[in-house]
Amino acid sequence: MRRISGILAGTAVALVLSLAVVNGATAADPLMINGAGATFPYPLYSKWFYEYSNANPGVKFNYQSIGSGGGIKQITAGTVNFGATDAPMTDEELKKTPGPIIHIPTALGAVVPVYNLDGAAEGLKLTPDVLAGIYLGKITRWNDPKIAELNKTVTMPNADIVVAHRSDGSGTTDIFTNYLTTVNTEWRAKVGRGKAVNWPIGIGGKGNEGVAGVVKQTPGAIGYVELAYAKQNRMKVASLRNREGHFVTPTLEATSAAAAGVAKSMPADFRVSLVDAPGKESWPISGLTWILVYKDQKDEARGKAMVQFLKWAIRDGQKMEAALDYAALPIAVVEKVDQALKRISFKGKSLY
Amino acid sequence: MASRSGKYTRDFAFEKATAFFASVVLFLAVLLFAVLLRESLPALRKFGASFLVTGTWDPVLERFGALPFLFGTVVSSFLALLIAVPLSVGAAIFINEFAPPWLKAPVSLLAELLAAIPSVIYGLWGIFVLVPILRDLFMKPVTKYLGWIPLFKGPVYGPSMLAAGVLLAIMIIPFILSVSREVLATVPQRQKEAVLSLGGTRWEMIRIVIGQHCLPGIFGATILGLGRALGETMAVTMVIGNRPEISASLFQQGYSMAAVIANEFAEAGGLQLSSLVLIGLLLMLVTLVVNLAAKGILSKMVARASRGI
Repeated sequence: MRRISGILAGTAVALVLSLAVVNGATAADPLMINGAGATFPYPLYSKWFYEYSNANPGVKFNYQSIGSGGGIKQITAGTVNFGATDAPMTDEELKKTPGPIIHIPTALGAVVPVYNLDGAAEGLKLTPDVLAGIYLGKITRWNDPKIAELNKTVTMPNADIVVAHRSDGSGTTDIFTNYLTTVNTEWRAKVGRGKAVNWPIGIGGKGNEGVAGVVKQTPGAIGYVELAYAKQNRMKVASLRNREGHFVTPTLEATSAAAAGVAKSMPADFRVSLVDAPGKESWPISGLTWILVYKDQKDEARGKAMVQFLKWAIRDGQKMEAALDYAALPIAVVEKVDQALKRISFKGKSLY
Repeated sequence: MASRSGKYTRDFAFEKATAFFASVVLFLAVLLFAVLLRESLPALRKFGASFLVTGTWDPVLERFGALPFLFGTVVSSFLALLIAVPLSVGAAIFINEFAPPWLKAPVSLLAELLAAIPSVIYGLWGIFVLVPILRDLFMKPVTKYLGWIPLFKGPVYGPSMLAAGVLLAIMIIPFILSVSREVLATVPQRQKEAVLSLGGTRWEMIRIVIGQHCLPGIFGATILGLGRALGETMAVTMVIGNRPEISASLFQQGYSMAAVIANEFAEAGGLQLSSLVLIGLLLMLVTLVVNLAAKGILSKMVARASRGI
């Protein structure tokens, strides 16, 4: 009996102690900011959150990379402090939110055609119409005259083109099909643009790794993946003729150039497509990725912390992009985003 | 007396508690069905029965039909059975009847180990090992000489209905094998000896014993494998090619019900989401129908087998 009461007493002491510890932790608890959304910028955001929290121990972030669609759903439902997406919210989606949403561009991504062709070196040249023709199933062999005349220095093999695309709904597919819809009327009429589409031909792979798997394993295959993924896996990437007639190799600089190309005409809500952007150096299949926040914040402390973080992200944060294979926002765009951050407010008072 | 009534109370409480747990299971099944039905209503209203026979899947124009997915699920699963059943029953007979004792343990251990491998690992192995081997050593030569048969029509890319069927077969072999072994082990030794003593050969002994005694059990094992194959998602989506099309050729790409849900659910909304849920509901019905049919056949087989003895 004595032993049992001893144990009980010990437990009670331990409980009190642990409660004290928990209370102590709560007092110094950092402000937790919750976000959810796109998977594409996840590595970048993770780095940002880590660096920012190190410099500002009062703020912590929790980000769930559940996909762009999920991010839009969560911010619409108000379950997170910010959402993240690779495809801007549509007018219809914006109508469903309880308050006005501001799109904050944070980084640039590019989608690149990758291929597996024995003998053909890096930098196969393609035009928008040839790329669309391949994905429409109209150009089916690598030695098709339309491809051969663009690549006179290479002997194109007499082999089938195996087309690979994403089987899962994704922002990458949205940018890629948006590009084909913009540059090719037949694609626009037959297929259109979306996170998932009714592909005329091809093999579906799940995720960047699925498409890369098909391309790497299948001689004569062509697919599309994010630039970062192609770089990290050393895949052969095609160069593409852009709007001004220049063949451009996909690089981070060429992606930033696409954003610079549309900076002047960028709308105030930043819901802009960068595909087929003007500019000699512009990579034509580029896109922005956004953080979504409510213009009218409900919680002053969280809203303030969020704005401070975003101010940091579009300045200091941009320096971390290249190391992680993201293209940085051009200065002209950063200045515009800075103006937009001033509009985020609590009870009508700017939190900037 | 008091202790006795306490015992009764405990009995009563125990009975009610188990009844409660049983009803929880029932409630979960009903809830699952109800939620699937509710979420799929928009698609049901829009497409009705035509959902079952439409071959288009167009998220841009919002036109959806389940036929290619139904086809892919059923064909890949039955293809898997076609390969896995003879293989695993044969292996089970060998392990139980012929294998020297030192070989029995390692073979059956390895076979059971196959069941413990996560399906995404099977999928990756499928992409990097199985598909290239099948493509270069089987599909290419076959389509070259037998390409005129619709079943083997090219062009050969690799990811295909055949690849999905073979991968599924490998995944369900351990299940069919280990249940078949259990079933074979239940044959009374005396019955085997009786056949042998009447001058029967080993082959005759196995044929008679299996025909008389083991068929229902092996059928049950097959259904277990089929159930696993019908619902398999990750491994299938990685090798089937994910193309919602119906082709007579096993070398062409297909798509399965579980795979399209896994692929498109995260980014879907509106009618597309509802159509995906409807596919989930259909998948549930397909497994239900298969299981009920199997139960019916099984009970008939058991009746016949027990009459035979």
